[in-house]
Amino acid sequence: MTTTDEGDDGDAGAVDPDEVRHVADLARVDLADEEAATFAEQFADVLDYFAALDEVPEVDDDPDLVNVMRADEVRDGLTQEEALSNAPASEAGFFKGPKVS
Amino acid sequence: MSADDAPADDAADLNVFLARETVAGADDGPLAGKTIAVKDNISTEGIRTTCGSAMLEEYVPPYDATVVERVREAGATLVGKTNMDEFGMGGTTETSAYGPTKNPVDPERVPGGSSGGSAAAVAAGEADLALGSDTGGSVRNPAAFCGVVGIKPTYGLVSRYGLVAYANSLEQIGPLANTVEDAAALLDAIAGPDEHDATTRYDAAEDGPAVHPADDTEYAAAADGDVDGMTVGVPTELVEGADDAVVEVFEDALADLEAQGVETVEVSLPSVEHAVQAYYVIAMSEASSNLARFDGVRYGVDGGEGNWNESFARSREEGFGDEVKRRVLLGTYALSAGYHDKYYKKAQDARAWVKRDFDEALSEADVLATPTMPVLPPKRGESLDDPLSLYLMDANTVPVNLANLPAISVPAGEAEGLPVGMQFVGPAFGEEAVIRAGSAVEQ
Repeated sequence: MTTTDEGDDGDAGAVDPDEVRHVADLARVDLADEEAATFAEQFADVLDYFAALDEVPEVDDDPDLVNVMRADEVRDGLTQEEALSNAPASEAGFFKGPKVS
Repeated sequence: MSADDAPADDAADLNVFLARETVAGADDGPLAGKTIAVKDNISTEGIRTTCGSAMLEEYVPPYDATVVERVREAGATLVGKTNMDEFGMGGTTETSAYGPTKNPVDPERVPGGSSGGSAAAVAAGEADLALGSDTGGSVRNPAAFCGVVGIKPTYGLVSRYGLVAYANSLEQIGPLANTVEDAAALLDAIAGPDEHDATTRYDAAEDGPAVHPADDTEYAAAADGDVDGMTVGVPTELVEGADDAVVEVFEDALADLEAQGVETVEVSLPSVEHAVQAYYVIAMSEASSNLARFDGVRYGVDGGEGNWNESFARSREEGFGDEVKRRVLLGTYALSAGYHDKYYKKAQDARAWVKRDFDEALSEADVLATPTMPVLPPKRGESLDDPLSLYLMDANTVPVNLANLPAISVPAGEAEGLPVGMQFVGPAFGEEAVIRAGSAVEQ
């Protein structure tokens, strides 16, 4: 991600297709060239709109929370067969995934 | 799965159901004899649950969501899984991978979203009751557009176990029905603590057992229409932005409430000007995290050969539709280094501000009233190419999710032959007050 230049033209939402591709890489989503171009235009509008958040004051939020603990007891979960039932590929009772590197 | 394969009855023409399967409920119970349709992002054991996405076209959950267990125990008979915007992302039920649902009131128009199939099922008489999920208005919006009742419960009242997560800090499962009393009876059945979901409210007491806000409540009994002496606050900001035709119906309904003994007061919610932006930043950020689970390994579209990253990216390219990709990418952007403070942190400030505003307004009134949707139901295709115009439609519903409050949408009348919904917002766990107010509009 290129960092924003404060002294830029002030167009907070300007993104080009390369930036969209970079974010898509981070999010692990392949994009077609056309999609990257369309998203770049739409992101400009949406991010311009989000820029209005600059006007929001800092607000203290102190929710009244307490920790609630449950007893650490063994409970039934899915069986191995159930857990594997939707996997596109499995082998010897394990999920079968692509190479990690 | 496509509408073309289904029998050519009304529901098929409207593309309401993604799966039509009947599962009988218990023989007796408060919902005995009632039929129920369930949004397709709520898990049903042995019945395909697609979330309106190609990613989950073949996914069959091995367990029931807690709400599904509870409605079956209460006697309701499941009649099908309903169409929806993909993963709940949309306001018109046009982003489903299985085609748009049509509004039973006017088939050229959208039913609203993302629980459009659930609202249409009730409006078309295909089910007595339906379950939807409401992240930024997804139960109230289609209820308003289809002319039925929808309730968004306080965050923590209803278990989210078995709901496929999109924006987990905002979403609640909620009931839809033809009448306020029926919707409230469904809420009675599904509300309560759940050991499978740590986000359901559960108050540990110093002496004695833990308690849940639904323990001593009977929501259906609150639909008694008795609003004499109730104070209803009207937030000017959420009326001014609505179309004239909508405002006219809303004001007639308010006048009718005044005739029933309600006192109306003007209240102000200055923060709501920033609520939609904050909502989308938070929802998209949470979506980018929640939808990371779809990697094509445990379930979903197989990404094929290559290393993990390549396979993962290909699975998601094939499995996700445009709106889902848009939100996952925008969410990733908003959380990325250099932008976190600018977008996500400011959105959290705005959320805290919205909560404070609602607290102040609700100290002056028992409930707040607004038009549910600022517009009449648009025709299909009108909003799809302009994501921003779609996001702006949620102006009156998203602030409620940011503040985690309960709200109801009830039919208030018609404009140009189309239904107009009226929304009541109550204090946290004040469901009885919004149900009571809503039932008075029905009379």
